[in-house]
Amino acid sequence: MDMIKILFKREFSSFFATPVAYVFIGIFLVLSGVFTFYFGNLYERGQADLAPFFNFHPWLYLFLVPAMAMRTWSEERKSGSIELLMTLPITPLQAMLGKFLAAWAVLALALALTFPLWITVNYLGAPDNGVIIASYLGSWLMAGAFLAIGMCMSAMTKSQVIAFILSVVVCFIFVLIGTPMVLNALKGIVPAVILDAVASLSFVSHFQTLVKGVISLQDVLYFVIAIAVWLQAGLVLIQQKKAD
Amino acid sequence: MIQITNLTKQFGDFTAVDNLSFDIKPGDIVGFLGPNGAGKSTTMKMITGFLEPSAGEIKVNGFNIDSHALDAKKTIGYLPEGAPAYGDMTPAQFLSFIADVRGLTGSEKTQRIKDVIASVELESVLDRPIDNLSKGFKRRVGLAQAIIHDPKVLILDEPTDGLDPNQKHQVRKLIENLSKDKLVIISTHILEEVTAVCNRAVIIAGGKKLFDGTPLELEAQSKYHQSITLKFTEGKPDTSVLNALSEVKEVLESEDDNAVTLIPQNDAESLFAVLFAKSQSESWPVAAMFAERGRLDDVFRSLTAQV
Repeated sequence: MDMIKILFKREFSSFFATPVAYVFIGIFLVLSGVFTFYFGNLYERGQADLAPFFNFHPWLYLFLVPAMAMRTWSEERKSGSIELLMTLPITPLQAMLGKFLAAWAVLALALALTFPLWITVNYLGAPDNGVIIASYLGSWLMAGAFLAIGMCMSAMTKSQVIAFILSVVVCFIFVLIGTPMVLNALKGIVPAVILDAVASLSFVSHFQTLVKGVISLQDVLYFVIAIAVWLQAGLVLIQQKKAD
Repeated sequence: MIQITNLTKQFGDFTAVDNLSFDIKPGDIVGFLGPNGAGKSTTMKMITGFLEPSAGEIKVNGFNIDSHALDAKKTIGYLPEGAPAYGDMTPAQFLSFIADVRGLTGSEKTQRIKDVIASVELESVLDRPIDNLSKGFKRRVGLAQAIIHDPKVLILDEPTDGLDPNQKHQVRKLIENLSKDKLVIISTHILEEVTAVCNRAVIIAGGKKLFDGTPLELEAQSKYHQSITLKFTEGKPDTSVLNALSEVKEVLESEDDNAVTLIPQNDAESLFAVLFAKSQSESWPVAAMFAERGRLDDVFRSLTAQV
């Protein structure tokens, strides 16, 4: 546990030693503002809630989170520092968790910095704050799942660009499979059971339940398991490829 | 204490390390020599637990590096090839991080960091990002990182590569100053380094061990071991009489036109006296007369060329 804390501290401060965290948080805040007010018509809807803000998060994360995750392992392998890291008395799991938690904490910080929106809707009306809290939690969990995918892809290759592209593609699939577009196309071709199974893998459908204010164990578990599975896959990859 | 038994590493069809076995005791400072691609770095990576062996066993201080990796790694200090570090950190931050990982805390941590910074002379660059440092400083940061927890086993992959002569001297002094119960493995291309700091030399090529002995024994393998070169002031006189001397095994023409090199039958000392007398009786214009310890480059080439 101590070791994870030490690694977390290093990774977290490394996000702020380079412009990565500032750029990420800046772009996240600007884009979420643009989406909320410009495309989401927060004011024009006349409703005191943050649905227009949260509804765009899957699409925001689709590009921003892979950009943040791409360096986690690729850079270690490219610079050779992985040899240092892996010969210290640290288990690969500790290294993976330290890296993941640090990046996840930056995502939490970015989300937390959108608090003026929350204040705004509370000032303008009487929103259901329980729903907003559930939405923040859902958004953070979903961001974690995107991050775990990104880190797995980063473990796969030395090139940050390839890691970025691969994770955008994989994340895109997980966003897209729950949309009506895909489900309608599959309808009639595959049995209903498979259709349900496909739909239930989608990040968006689980996120939507949380945004509606329902914190169900099923949706929370879905994201937790998704994070665990992708991190485990990344762990297998990094142990196999660390010396390439 | 490092015990390596029948160590083999294959990358696909390529065998990088081939059935290598040797033991290293505390107090040994081993110069690990070999041409590029001989398997030096691969062996070091396996000893430090970065790579898994294809076959064979490594024990570091009694801990199997495979099954008791963490216990073994705690006793090792390792400078990987090229001295990688986290470039966005400053040496001060980086050393503090490594000290944390090594379990150093409180005043002990502060003291150890101060000590290693002093011993590799990093004071002037403590607050500059490692990315912006020169090659020499990066190497020293890597060294500081490796010795910060005062490890029993120190493994340095080309520690003086890219350093200027002053810095090389400094690194060698640092290694000499380590306490005598330490075990050090240094891989290098520079043969003088082995005679300068090591008390044991291991040469490998093609993943196989070719030589294991003291640097003196390595020098003794040289044809020029204890040979004497006679240098004349102007124009080499006729030295054919030397061929007839019983103390002389062989007379070689030197690269230098004004000199001749003699390989002794027994040792340099007996030959020295004979030569001295001879050059006086023949009244040769002798400018210098000196004995050689052996040409390591030649030994290295002849040993590794067979593979």
